Amino acid sequence: MKKVIKYVIIDILRNKIMLAYTAFLLVLSFSIFSLEDNSAKGLLGLLNIILIIVPLVSIVFSTIYVYNSAEFIELLVSQPLKRKTIWMSLFTGLATSMVLAFLLGAGIPILIYQADITGMMMIVIGVLLSVIFVAIAMLAAVKTRDKAKGIGIAILLWLYFSLLFDGFVLFLVFQFSDYPIEKLMVAVSMFNPLDLARIMILLKMDISALMGYTGAVFKDFFGTGTGLLLSFSVLVCWTIIPIWLSIKKFKTKDL
Amino acid sequence: MIIANNVSKQFGSLKVLNNFSVTCNKGECIALIGPNGSGKTTFIKTILGMVVCDSGFVTVNGFNIKNDWKYRSKIGYMPQTGRYPENMTIGQVLEMMQDIRGEKNQNYLDEDLIERFEIKNLLHKRMRTLSGGTRQKISAALAFLFNPDLLILDEPTAGLDPLSSEILKEKIIEEKKKGKLILITSHILSELDDLVTQVIYMQDGCLCFHKTIEQLKEDTGQTKLAKAIAQVMLKQ
Repeated sequence: MKKVIKYVIIDILRNKIMLAYTAFLLVLSFSIFSLEDNSAKGLLGLLNIILIIVPLVSIVFSTIYVYNSAEFIELLVSQPLKRKTIWMSLFTGLATSMVLAFLLGAGIPILIYQADITGMMMIVIGVLLSVIFVAIAMLAAVKTRDKAKGIGIAILLWLYFSLLFDGFVLFLVFQFSDYPIEKLMVAVSMFNPLDLARIMILLKMDISALMGYTGAVFKDFFGTGTGLLLSFSVLVCWTIIPIWLSIKKFKTKDL
Repeated sequence: MIIANNVSKQFGSLKVLNNFSVTCNKGECIALIGPNGSGKTTFIKTILGMVVCDSGFVTVNGFNIKNDWKYRSKIGYMPQTGRYPENMTIGQVLEMMQDIRGEKNQNYLDEDLIERFEIKNLLHKRMRTLSGGTRQKISAALAFLFNPDLLILDEPTAGLDPLSSEILKEKIIEEKKKGKLILITSHILSELDDLVTQVIYMQDGCLCFHKTIEQLKEDTGQTKLAKAIAQVMLKQ
């Protein structure tokens, strides 16, 4: 497995898009931190951008990469290798490169300007989001044979997680505003890794007071050790479930 | 060595393999013949585990290929159209395959074809710049490189120039003498004449017959394989 991962990572690191992504994150982070006089404010600005950019690049790049490695996968499948090994190596290689790019591009500036618990949380969340969206991309790519369709699905999934889901939640809140649905909101947020990530960081920044009663309920839940542990487990599940489903599909795929 | 039992495979509504059963033994050199779309390549891909059959089973060396993957270390496969990572050089591809197979031992490797095809001079070339014929040469060299007991060649001479095609045929005969099982599909029947010992004829995913070449010639009264097969096809 190590050998295949090695070849995947070498191949990705040669890719200029990865370099551009790292440089873009680096320039973005430094400019946001130097625009704001208060680094906590800078972190908040960076959060909003990271929640858009990181998932988008992770999901689109990974989907395209999997389609472009069709020849490589075909070559490996006829060799004495387990299919699971091939797929996991591809996932590990992609995830490692995305995480590496995030750590270099955003991790270093955060550590320079805001090396406290909130900053650390932000880095951990960014790493998790990179991995989650690689996993979702692998699932999208294995399900569809057609490249254009697969990339379209990947972009739609990103749109869903970053925009449509919030719209749906907002609709729910307005429709049922007469009922006590604050606790339900905690459960609903588990269905979107991006929302979960946003809430976890906002609560660490102590601005939950701005979110009214819902904020208080969130604070009650996510502020505790168990709540934090549970939300991290949910984020990990968001990685494991898509990748598990994609392995199951890849094992019986005809090449 | 290979036992296929009632293998069926469907792509959408198209039945590509229909209760296909066949047994191939060590030391045989078998030609897999049939019209276009009769399921030859699908059958080969099933043996390699690239296509997963809907029902039935295939065993190679006594191992059911469904639960086993190590059996593929005994197989050399030359695909119909070799597809390789486009931005790797020939040298990198060869090195990667040796690395993945974990057989870097030089004595064990059969670099005969690499030398005879003069691939050593092309090692720095990127795969995407190669012509179809050169790709075929790489595929052939890779199939023979690990000294496998079972060789599966899907249209090996398609796209090769006469000289290279002659080299490849010589190599196949050499390997056949070593007692390996060789499975060839080809539409150029005249060149199979001095290679094969048995013929499997497929049509619409079914096995039509599996005979030794002498038997086939006797049954049809022809002396050349090409004419014998033509007669069989006419009858149907």
